[in-house]
Amino acid sequence: MKHVLSVLVENKSGVLSRVVALIARRGFNIDSLSVGPTEDPSRSRITIIVDAEKVAYDQITKQLNKLVCVYKIQDLTNDAYLERELVLFKVNAPAEKRSEVIEIANLFRASVVDVGATSLTIEATGSEGKLEGMEELLQVYGIKEITRTGKIAISRNSKDA
Amino acid sequence: MAEDKKNQQLAPVAIAGAPIGLGSANPKQGQRMTGAQAVVASLEAEGVDLIFGYPGGHAIHIYDALYDSKIIRHVLSRHEQGAVHEADGYARATGKVGTVLVTSGPGATNTVTGIATAYMDSIPLVVITGQVPLSMIGTDSFQESDIFGITIPIVKHSYLVKSANDIARTLREAYHIAKTGRPGPVLVDIPSDVARQHTVFEYEDSVNIASYKPTYRGNARQIKAAAALISQSKRPVLFVGGGAITSGASQLVSALSHKLRIPTVTSLMGLGSVPADDPLNLGLVGMHGSQYANMTLNRSDLILACGARFSDRVTGKISSFAPEAKLVHIDIDPAEIDKVRLADIPIVGNLSYVLESLLAQFENGVEAPDTQEWLADVAQWRDRYPMYHESLDEDTECIIPEKAMLKLSGMLDQESSIVVTEVGQHQMWAAQFIERSKPRTFITSGGLGTMGFGLPASIGAAFGCPEKTVVCVAGDGSLQMNAQEMATATINQIPVKVIVVDNSALGMVHQWQKLFLQERYSATELHDIPDFVKLAQAYSWTAERISKPEEVAGAFERMLSSEGPYLVDMRIPRDQSVFPIVAPGRALTEAVGAIDLGERVERNVDNESDAEEGRC
Ligand SMILES: Cc1ncc(C[n+]2csc(CCOP(=O)(O)OP(=O)(O)O)c2C)c(N)n1
Repeated sequence: MKHVLSVLVENKSGVLSRVVALIARRGFNIDSLSVGPTEDPSRSRITIIVDAEKVAYDQITKQLNKLVCVYKIQDLTNDAYLERELVLFKVNAPAEKRSEVIEIANLFRASVVDVGATSLTIEATGSEGKLEGMEELLQVYGIKEITRTGKIAISRNSKDA
Repeated sequence: MAEDKKNQQLAPVAIAGAPIGLGSANPKQGQRMTGAQAVVASLEAEGVDLIFGYPGGHAIHIYDALYDSKIIRHVLSRHEQGAVHEADGYARATGKVGTVLVTSGPGATNTVTGIATAYMDSIPLVVITGQVPLSMIGTDSFQESDIFGITIPIVKHSYLVKSANDIARTLREAYHIAKTGRPGPVLVDIPSDVARQHTVFEYEDSVNIASYKPTYRGNARQIKAAAALISQSKRPVLFVGGGAITSGASQLVSALSHKLRIPTVTSLMGLGSVPADDPLNLGLVGMHGSQYANMTLNRSDLILACGARFSDRVTGKISSFAPEAKLVHIDIDPAEIDKVRLADIPIVGNLSYVLESLLAQFENGVEAPDTQEWLADVAQWRDRYPMYHESLDEDTECIIPEKAMLKLSGMLDQESSIVVTEVGQHQMWAAQFIERSKPRTFITSGGLGTMGFGLPASIGAAFGCPEKTVVCVAGDGSLQMNAQEMATATINQIPVKVIVVDNSALGMVHQWQKLFLQERYSATELHDIPDFVKLAQAYSWTAERISKPEEVAGAFERMLSSEGPYLVDMRIPRDQSVFPIVAPGRALTEAVGAIDLGERVERNVDNESDAEEGRC
């Protein structure tokens, strides 16, 4: 089962290595991992998406909790939560196709952030479903390159820190 | 606070994170000094009076500051690995944190095996490594190694100190983390320019790390449920691990075992936690445990695991391990719960606290289980499958290691001796046949199985317990891995006693080749080099060699009554095997080589006769 973990950690060098090393060493597979600062500059938040059965999942969270640099782990999977990812698509777009591609971007409320002679770069954010849908449509024109940030998530429950 | 006092009495080391020294009341508080001096002042304030180490360019300023310390004794090892094992042996023997100081690069990388050894056995260490200056980190400068990165998977926590102002707080935290909760090694990497910066020294007593709050008290409801489950059990067993020693819970384990009439078995790390001669104690379980202890564990209907982690060396094939048993698992580390075996009732907490509450349940009305029949079964197995029988080796002219260990056992006082081992067959014979009845008197590398651990660890133990006789049972392979530490013993007048169980082989591997690989002895013969007697003498030790059974007692006597370090090179035949043995990956019930008096006095194995070379 897929789990979305929101891990609050110390904002210090070496912390990400510790988290990644632990996950790798214990043989857990992660689907996505992203990290960034929080409202408190001394803390960062790591969003990890793992696909694991219960026992393995319990081990991941327990082992992560053991790290001295980890403050708190929230499993957002069963809560109401919002999930977002940002993707940059570089799409083939010769002059005659350009407006079609821009139209698709508009349809998904994505924006064109760079224009080349034969390509467009589009920035899109959203849920997994939306981004997949968009990728499918853009495929028709030929996608030259995709970069994604990995997912970040936040609970909708206001009482959780 | 009354509560605090109680904590201190119960488990002084595992719980009290405070300095054992003067802390903030230290005389250097508030003084301006260099980072290097702050390192030394921190150790002094912490209460450290002994450290093991080896200097070098990027540790030179810390060493310079150390030169002025009137409190800290520095022991110069002959290899950084030796220094870490020495600090580790000191920690295991005393319950205090062991401290190591080494330089950057190769000095730091040489500590890795020692740190991993301590990590696997949950031993509290603080390892301070010199580092290249901050500005040069990442440039592949001379003697730079990313020791912080290298050790991430084998430390409890680690620091790279970036300012001299952080030194005192970092070291305070390091000691706190090393010794509280589930103990472990902490690495503190200090760049040499940070050691030269100036700072005002402020040492604090308490530590507040928001992200580090071990659980000490077990959940009351779980403890109640555990008592109920134990009460209903018919074939309960207490499975005792190293956590019982860390937590100082030995007496409580015995009290529970006696009050409820439940037999105890121990892992390798748990040896010494329960008296060896306690009739309810069955001793070592697992790969080389006795048939009766293994049968008891495997046929139980309830395992009460006390600070034990269900290592594969204990459980054998996990899918057939104790199939009918429910599990009450007490451990301070939540990650041990359900890691290997699912617990029916998990209790996270300090073992001493939990056992105390559990005992209280039975003192307040919960009925003890009826174990009479079960104990009768256990007694029967114990009689029928003894660990050893003299008649097996009656007419041999060679020294039989089992007999030698039994002999040694009889000559050692339980209170005033410590047995340390290297790794291999000799380690297992020592574990099987040397009776230990006090915690911290059997010291061995359990989790990592590090050859080369024993000699330096015994030196460290002797530093920590100068009033005790420290005997190291070694193998001829293992001893060569840190033999240079004999110098450390001589120079510091540390009178460790080393028995080399000398089979001219990497015996344990040789045994596996014999039993599992059709006697294809690939790379396990050691020949008779070096001459251990001469080697020891070169380090100014007293040494002798024995090869006949009748020489054993005299040699051990001379060794134990000698003043200084002493080595006995005890030659044994190469083809001796450690029995019983549960082959790796097999079920605990499938032990080979157990003696069964129910049939004949014989081991259930058929390859004892093909003695090769026949030399003693
Ligand atoms: C550092 C290290 N390398 C390799 C091993 C694998 N190993 C386990 S036991 C053993 C043989 C030990 O030989 P010796 O010290 O002579 O003891 P014996 O088994 O002969 O009693 C070896 C090589 C190990 N445990 N540690």
